[in-house]
Amino acid sequence: MNSQLLGTLKKLLGADGVLHKPEELLLYEYDGSIVMASADCVVFPRNTAEVAEIARLANRYQTPLVGRGAGTGLSGGALAREGGIVTVFSRMNRILAIDAENQRATVQPGVVNADLSAAVAHLGLHFAPDPSSQKACTIGGNVAENAGGPHTLAYGVTTNHVMALEMVLPDGEILRVGSAAPDPAGYDLPGLFTGSEGTLALVTEITVKLVRLPEAVKTLLAIFDTVDDATETVADITARGITPAACEMLDGWTLRAVEAYVHAGFPLDSAAVLLMDVDGLREAAEAQAQDVAEVCCKHRAREVRVARDAAERELLWKGRKNAFGAVGRLSSTYYTQDGVIPRTKLPQTLRQIGEIGKKYGFEIGNIFHAGDGNLHPIILFDARDKEQFRRAAAAADEVVKLCVEMGGSITGEHGVGMEKDRLMPLLFSEADLELMRRVRDAFNPAGLLNPGKIFPAGKGCGEIRTRPLAEPGKGAWIA
Amino acid sequence: MSVASQDVSLRLAEIVGGENVLAERARVAEYAIGGMAPATVARPSSGEEVAEILKFAAAERLAVVPTGARTKLGMFLPPRRYDVALDMSRQERLIAYDPGDLTLSVEAGMPLAKLAETLEQHGQFLPLDAPFFSRATVGGTISVGVDSPLRQMYGTARDYVLGMEFVTGEGTLAKSGGRVVKNVAGYDLHKLMIGALGTLGAITKIHFRTFPRPADVRGFAAIFEDAAGALEMRRRIAESPLALMTLEILSARAGEILAGETFFPKHWTLVASFAGNESVLARQERELRRMAEECGARDTMALDEERAASAMARVREFAAIILDASPAAVIVKMGVPPARMKEILDAGAVAAETHGLAWAAMARGCGVIYFALLPGGRSEESRTAVAAAGNRIIASCAALGGNATVPWSPAEWKGALRVWGAERSDFDAMRSVKKVFDPQGILSPGRFIG
Repeated sequence: MNSQLLGTLKKLLGADGVLHKPEELLLYEYDGSIVMASADCVVFPRNTAEVAEIARLANRYQTPLVGRGAGTGLSGGALAREGGIVTVFSRMNRILAIDAENQRATVQPGVVNADLSAAVAHLGLHFAPDPSSQKACTIGGNVAENAGGPHTLAYGVTTNHVMALEMVLPDGEILRVGSAAPDPAGYDLPGLFTGSEGTLALVTEITVKLVRLPEAVKTLLAIFDTVDDATETVADITARGITPAACEMLDGWTLRAVEAYVHAGFPLDSAAVLLMDVDGLREAAEAQAQDVAEVCCKHRAREVRVARDAAERELLWKGRKNAFGAVGRLSSTYYTQDGVIPRTKLPQTLRQIGEIGKKYGFEIGNIFHAGDGNLHPIILFDARDKEQFRRAAAAADEVVKLCVEMGGSITGEHGVGMEKDRLMPLLFSEADLELMRRVRDAFNPAGLLNPGKIFPAGKGCGEIRTRPLAEPGKGAWIA
Repeated sequence: MSVASQDVSLRLAEIVGGENVLAERARVAEYAIGGMAPATVARPSSGEEVAEILKFAAAERLAVVPTGARTKLGMFLPPRRYDVALDMSRQERLIAYDPGDLTLSVEAGMPLAKLAETLEQHGQFLPLDAPFFSRATVGGTISVGVDSPLRQMYGTARDYVLGMEFVTGEGTLAKSGGRVVKNVAGYDLHKLMIGALGTLGAITKIHFRTFPRPADVRGFAAIFEDAAGALEMRRRIAESPLALMTLEILSARAGEILAGETFFPKHWTLVASFAGNESVLARQERELRRMAEECGARDTMALDEERAASAMARVREFAAIILDASPAAVIVKMGVPPARMKEILDAGAVAAETHGLAWAAMARGCGVIYFALLPGGRSEESRTAVAAAGNRIIASCAALGGNATVPWSPAEWKGALRVWGAERSDFDAMRSVKKVFDPQGILSPGRFIG
């Protein structure tokens, strides 16, 4: 890395605000996915002005610039695929304002997702997007990836909750879009920037909606003897117009891994469970719980348990949210896919995923946001075995292609990043991608901001410095 | 125009067929905006035809305005130039509907009412209860960005539009998003199209998530002497666990104009609707009545399903009914943090009354206010009064951190009003976006910025 640039960054951010020694950079070479790439330096700005100055420096030295929150991402979005400066927002972690009566909060990007909900819980409010990594992931990262989570089924994903953004463009200009009040004039720029995976701007301030906590929540665990019964239950719940707040499925393989680790009370001999929340007014939650239980029984649920209290509810959800850690105990490496299908296609898609596993010689586990049709098949493999790695990647690709054939998408919440850029043509024509590229170029003309993401590498892009998989993805979450 | 009108018609006829090109004066006059009629109207039947037309228009620098049922063409600013009206109403097919998945894809020219009928057969609906409902198209409604009372529960179009296909100002047929309810692949370009008034592209297809129609809906109205009581009740509702489908507050004059048995002249009305099973309905009604009484309501009314539907239809058509009753009305739309609605309503009343104008307001629970200035006629005096009052309201709104625009006003007064409100710091970024989608500036030029 250019020593003059490094010196200027140190002067700007203090010695403790810049990392550049190879051993210091190791942590920033990976995220929660299986891809890796190394930065030349990592910087920790304290405010928007510093972010703007970093952008100007990156521009002056024509160095790639990549934003990073907690590094829990699952598509390599926060990795420096082409080297350069990684900007970590962990020092910009203040909640700037809570406006309870208008149900808004303004936060810096480094605020941890669950911390915001904790800070407003006493007001009866919460920040609804709840990725499984919510105890670690940051709201800035949520905005970049348009993060989802189990309860987005009823409450919407990140973009549905973002009202306004302050951002630094790659040339150092500060841009504010959106409004803390409804319906600002003109184009929906917060809607464009949210989910743009750090390729248009670095977000420095976010105004979000806060949602009232429901009066009552009921958590149900439905236990099935076949996967088909469970998936047909989800399709039927959807078709009947019942919208649970969350509807998660764990297949037998996954729930046994989870149970061994968390002891949430999942029955070890079942083929699948559905973990569901219904919420709202006491009377509504009660009735909905009954409706859901009826549908489960109609599809031969062996048992439907209703959590008796908050402790039992939390234990069941702990099982769901710590599933990745549980899987990590079984295998040094696993590959979590993220695809979406219409809910009506759940039963046949799950069957076909099982067949893909057989074809490639893997057992594929499934733990996913069933109510949204957002699949997360998990493939266990040994990364040290090149042939296994190749087969795992091929199996994962086939699963994604299956999702597209079903009329779905290549990613529901993890993002395209550097993991699925080459799969974008499955969904989008060259004309679609070219238009998106031109939108990127309007804000990121030199391509310095998060290069090598989203868009399939075109001709003449040169070699992309991506390290092949080397280390297991440990301690991550299945969002 | 760089080519003679006749040549334009001939080329358009090659693309869409002669019977789908209109050039006679009487016919094109039906597409006029603010007195300006296009030279030609083309009625394409597919996205491919739209792309051909826009390629041709870009090459010839013809200004094109996409239209649906033409119920809202007069909103906001008229185009600066207007060569071709792109009538999308032939594209009204249902492309795909998977009721079990609660997703649906339609062509942009599909009428809202027809779509509602299709959905109704499966017990579903789209929460796009927008004004001019009986005639408006899906594409026009999305393109203009009008909101719906149902946003109280279901959000706005940006929350349930899953993807789109559209044609850019260069004639490129492109898409973003998809048909599934969760999707983060690529930029959400379709979000930009919502409310863009056809300045970024002509929308050809829209993918929606649909919603189960609640079995039982009821309404509730509370009558207040003044705005304060109604707004206090709104605050209490927001802090309660109640989940209402709609929540609107009508000023005394607005109630008089909307009329019907729910609204009373001389009084402010809070009108809400809600759904659920019998015990949920009873609970909501009970709590609403309690809150109304605590907030000093002079009267309350429980509305059965039919009366609730009739009240909601009037609320939905607020703008249409006002414009019908008072054709010279100027309607300012404001978005403010909900707790600031009292201040902006007071400021609006003072501004109107200072300039001798009658006014009517409808405030939604989410902080959106439609404030109508009601001049007696179209005299120069009225114009001056309306412009002064309107611009003062826009300034007051900006001072409260709110957003104000003027969606409706007589065409000849638009020059005197800040139709798009105060210049925003992100307008330049929007101009950059416009250049990407429409580098020649042929799509609805002048309707928005640039």
